[in-house]
Amino acid sequence: MHLSDEEKEILDGGQGEARRLALAVIVELGELFGAAELMAVSQVHIDTTVYMVDSGVEFAEKCVQLGGRFAVPTSLNASAIDHFRWQEYRVPPELLEKCRRLENAYVAMGASPTWTCAPYQQGIIPRFGQQIAWGESNAIAFANSIIGARTNRYGDLMDICAGIVGRVPRFGLHLDENRRAELAVSLEGFSQDALAADALYPLVGFLLGEIAGDRVAVLQGVPPDVKIDALKGLSAAAASSGAVGLFHVLGVTPEAQNLQMCLGGKKPKATYVITPKKVQEAEERLWTAKGDTVDMVAVGCPHFSFAEFIELGRLMAGKRVHDSVAFWVYTSRAVYGWLENCRLLESLKNSGLLVLTDACPLQYPKKTWDFSAAFSNSAKFVNYCYSQTGLPVGYGSLADCVESAVSGKISRRRLPWR
Amino acid sequence: MALTLNGCKIAPGRARGELLVTAEPISFWGGVDPASGRIIDPRHELFGQEVCGKVLAFPYGKGSSTTSLIILELLRVGKAPAAIINVHTEPILATGPVVSRIFFGWSLPMITLAEKDFKCLSTGRQVVVDADSRMVQIEGEAP
Repeated sequence: MHLSDEEKEILDGGQGEARRLALAVIVELGELFGAAELMAVSQVHIDTTVYMVDSGVEFAEKCVQLGGRFAVPTSLNASAIDHFRWQEYRVPPELLEKCRRLENAYVAMGASPTWTCAPYQQGIIPRFGQQIAWGESNAIAFANSIIGARTNRYGDLMDICAGIVGRVPRFGLHLDENRRAELAVSLEGFSQDALAADALYPLVGFLLGEIAGDRVAVLQGVPPDVKIDALKGLSAAAASSGAVGLFHVLGVTPEAQNLQMCLGGKKPKATYVITPKKVQEAEERLWTAKGDTVDMVAVGCPHFSFAEFIELGRLMAGKRVHDSVAFWVYTSRAVYGWLENCRLLESLKNSGLLVLTDACPLQYPKKTWDFSAAFSNSAKFVNYCYSQTGLPVGYGSLADCVESAVSGKISRRRLPWR
Repeated sequence: MALTLNGCKIAPGRARGELLVTAEPISFWGGVDPASGRIIDPRHELFGQEVCGKVLAFPYGKGSSTTSLIILELLRVGKAPAAIINVHTEPILATGPVVSRIFFGWSLPMITLAEKDFKCLSTGRQVVVDADSRMVQIEGEAP
């Protein structure tokens, strides 16, 4: 691999031990992926933030001890816990301590404690064409596909190394030639009502991920005025059912204003059709709830936006969460701050739901909560909830989530594609 | 007669151990318990098996970007496989052994084999994985 004079100096230890080791990792991985050289990235999003195992904490602390500092603006993905409401969230003390250690290490290295899996909706937001190094599958898919920024699917630990040196190997989705669509997927047979339903898009994403795997697809038939939060749910679901780093939405995403742009003048290698029947089948495959009782309703996977809170406030008006239900809304500190500055937070709290910051809904403290069935408007959450925790789960719109939380019974209205 | 298969080095080192082979991809996050090294995905054909000390052969990895962290943890607690053999190693899987060696000095040799050579591997056989010499040596006679 060709290295610049500065990169050679870093590898010789001239800029400290943390930078030497971090660059050694980046160079070795770059050589494995066949990169000819390194390239600068202008920001990093760290995914190694949910406490899972002690080696994550020890790695972050080791980087601090070795003098590591993030060389570029660096944000943090969601945490395992809510760092403020940990008592109400019944976080075991030993878990709180590990999360605090992670927080201290990352903040010591200069990260912004954004603690969010939706870093594209607040904070250090990249622009079209910007070269970045992001972790967290939904954020990677959104940054590449909806914004048109450029990142590979960076894994845990490599993301920290990229932040410390501000560099990554020049390969994969950073390059034009790897961003072209190979597959064409089209939505066919949907009514205007169906296309206007927010709950359609996470299911489309789930199917898109299954179809695409790790290949780049172009999705046709999405209306140009689709909401950004629907695209968020679509990206998250696609990256949960497939190794999806990038897809194009024809007429919506910047690199796909027409087919010529995203296919590079070539014919797609394969074409697929997503019909209302396939969406319905996907919903049935995701559905693992047995009866109609529900005691956990989780929304905000990925983290809720301010616009979603406005909609939630409208749906919750005059209603109260059932005593037997935990209705959890996950968001970022930034959005929470905006809520505090208007009356919405107060009225939502009075309705009996809990607004949580920082935390990942999939990592809720399972030892201290004993649920029998969950419900969510996130296909990503529904996909992982059952496979990782064994908790049966149902899927519906945000309105269904509200009705289910209020009644304690799963409410699934007739969705327009059914 | 030992059978020697040539491959590509992913992570350096040399290790000897008993083969544990699957034709199914493995997701380390959610698929392998980082405390015990046991395969905990009930849908996986190796469900209930322990990877510790074995030469683990699977065609490719799948799933979350947390794979790299789980491999680091397996090495930290001494429950990692002795070596890994793949047909294709994606970046997220390679990150674990690379970071472990460079930051902590813990070695987990990794090598890829062509698909036809990968098919010569069978559970229970003793093998030497020598990533530096880019080869896998299957010891003893074929059963």
